[in-house]
Amino acid sequence: MSYPRLLRRTLLYIGVTAFALWVLIPIFFIGISSFTPRNEIYAWPKPIIPSHFSLDTMRFFLNSYGVLNSLLNSVWVALLTLAFTLAVGAPAGYAVARFFFRGREAFRLGILITRMFPTALLAVPLAVTFIKWGLYDTLIGVALIHTAMALPFAVIITTGIFMGVPKDLEEAAMTLGCSRFGAFARVALPLALPGLAAAAMFTFVISWNEVFAATILTVNNRTLPAHILTTIQASPLYFRFAGGFFMILPALLFMFFIRRYLFHMWGGATAER
Amino acid sequence: MAAEIRLEKVRKTFGKVVAVKDMDLLVEPGEFLVLLGPSGCGKTTTLRCIAGLERVDHGRVYIGGRDVTELPPSKRGIAMVFQSYAVFPHMTVAQNIGFGLRMRHAPKDEIKKAVQEVARLLQIDELLDRYPSQLSGGQRQRVAVARALVMRPEVLLMDEPLSNLDALLRLQMRAELKKLHREVGTTTVYVTHDQIEALSLGDRIAVMREGEIMQLDAPNEVYDMPANVFVGGFIGTPPMNFLRAEVRKEDGRVYLAVGDFSVEVHKEWQEKLEGMVGKKVVLGIRAENIEVRPTPEGGALPAQVVVSEPLGAQQLLTVQVGKDVLKVATSPELSVAPGQTIGLVLTKAKIRLFDEESGEALKFD
Repeated sequence: MSYPRLLRRTLLYIGVTAFALWVLIPIFFIGISSFTPRNEIYAWPKPIIPSHFSLDTMRFFLNSYGVLNSLLNSVWVALLTLAFTLAVGAPAGYAVARFFFRGREAFRLGILITRMFPTALLAVPLAVTFIKWGLYDTLIGVALIHTAMALPFAVIITTGIFMGVPKDLEEAAMTLGCSRFGAFARVALPLALPGLAAAAMFTFVISWNEVFAATILTVNNRTLPAHILTTIQASPLYFRFAGGFFMILPALLFMFFIRRYLFHMWGGATAER
Repeated sequence: MAAEIRLEKVRKTFGKVVAVKDMDLLVEPGEFLVLLGPSGCGKTTTLRCIAGLERVDHGRVYIGGRDVTELPPSKRGIAMVFQSYAVFPHMTVAQNIGFGLRMRHAPKDEIKKAVQEVARLLQIDELLDRYPSQLSGGQRQRVAVARALVMRPEVLLMDEPLSNLDALLRLQMRAELKKLHREVGTTTVYVTHDQIEALSLGDRIAVMREGEIMQLDAPNEVYDMPANVFVGGFIGTPPMNFLRAEVRKEDGRVYLAVGDFSVEVHKEWQEKLEGMVGKKVVLGIRAENIEVRPTPEGGALPAQVVVSEPLGAQQLLTVQVGKDVLKVATSPELSVAPGQTIGLVLTKAKIRLFDEESGEALKFD
């Protein structure tokens, strides 16, 4: 390997390592701390590996007032969001991928533009409207907002997925006796399924992590992040660690599952089957 | 079972582009018809209109005497082989081939039997349990053909099925498709841009250009008697040679003037050309219908050798006659050097004449 190339390599690896550490160190400490006995969290100097593994902190967190309830709320909201988003987003993605219609490019651009409104700007009108419609402080209300947030991504992702399924395959199915819908259900859908699963998990995590709208639009029916946000100031350190760990977990799992579909999403590797 | 296909004034446009221009076409039952043309000539669109994958703008499509214009592909009694093969990646070879029969709700044991039979016909019976990703291009191609044939369609449509194969395999599959057609006897419409494929496979060839059929004839007719300059220039390797010429008459003898030289014509043409004296025409002649003499003596057309290419069975010369460049096929033994002036003798019976303006062939019968 030539000298300049070696240098570039080295710099690249140093950069990547530094970046990875920057992300990983906090996650590491949050993870470690949430399984550390409560009294050891305040110890100084802090041992990198705790003296013994303990579920004490987690148990305390889960038993705190409102945590379990908000955890269930979060799961419900995320599942509802998932259902709404896929029900609307997947057909939209399919349509953009398969059909040329008037305003298609405008539609694609429009999808992205919706993401340009900060939620803070919409908070008050949203709260007012939701109160009027009786959606305020309901799980469905939060799920609808999360759907609005996740939908652009879902459409873009599913468009990429369906573009990766050659049109020929569906047409072949049609010449072999399938209707338009039959061809979709028997050929396009099975082939898109792994990608759709990834999109579903992505949607789930968006809803799971969303805190702002959930905080503004609920009072009693808080989701987990909203609950943590509103109680964190008054909570002990170990509560914060345990809460943080709980928030990180699904996202981490999601990333592990989704890694190989990520390329698919951004339309990079829609190569041959 | 083989059905006739009839297109009546079929038109298909994409935005402002007219892909198929009011086409009339009759494909006889059991015939192997090739749609041939350069890319973008509308041949694939024509095929897709027959398949029902495109809705025609107007005109009618009949298959076996039945008006199928408004029917979806599944109700037309067709089967199609795609250029990309379109083999379903999530199904085994056996499931792929049996897909159509399953859609018809055929009994399981019947499907199994039919799949095995057609797989044997295409020599892929060893591969039935494999997935497409484990197959080579040629094998996938066979799966695609088997999947179409197992349906026992009235009409088999093929969209450039060989274009993704390497040259040797293409040659082999070509012969095999021809054999298959003889055995199965299904009416077949075959789209290709490869004129050799068209000449070798077709009972008839429809040469297309810009959404219209330029000529619809048997392969040797299309090759020997191109309907116009386009067809002559598209078919054949090398394509037909064209020389600018003028009809002249001297001492009661009608001849064609190419530059300062004269080319004799057939006796039968003499009186027919009589009325065209002074008219500018295009003279068309194929490379193999030109005889080469070492020197331009005895009325031979003088030409200057530009390049000589030995091609094994023959030698291809590129020569210049006046402003026109010709390709001449000669025996590989003839030794000529670039720059050398040789003499060309055109085989009278093989000369074709075209109108200079319209490019249409002049008919003398």
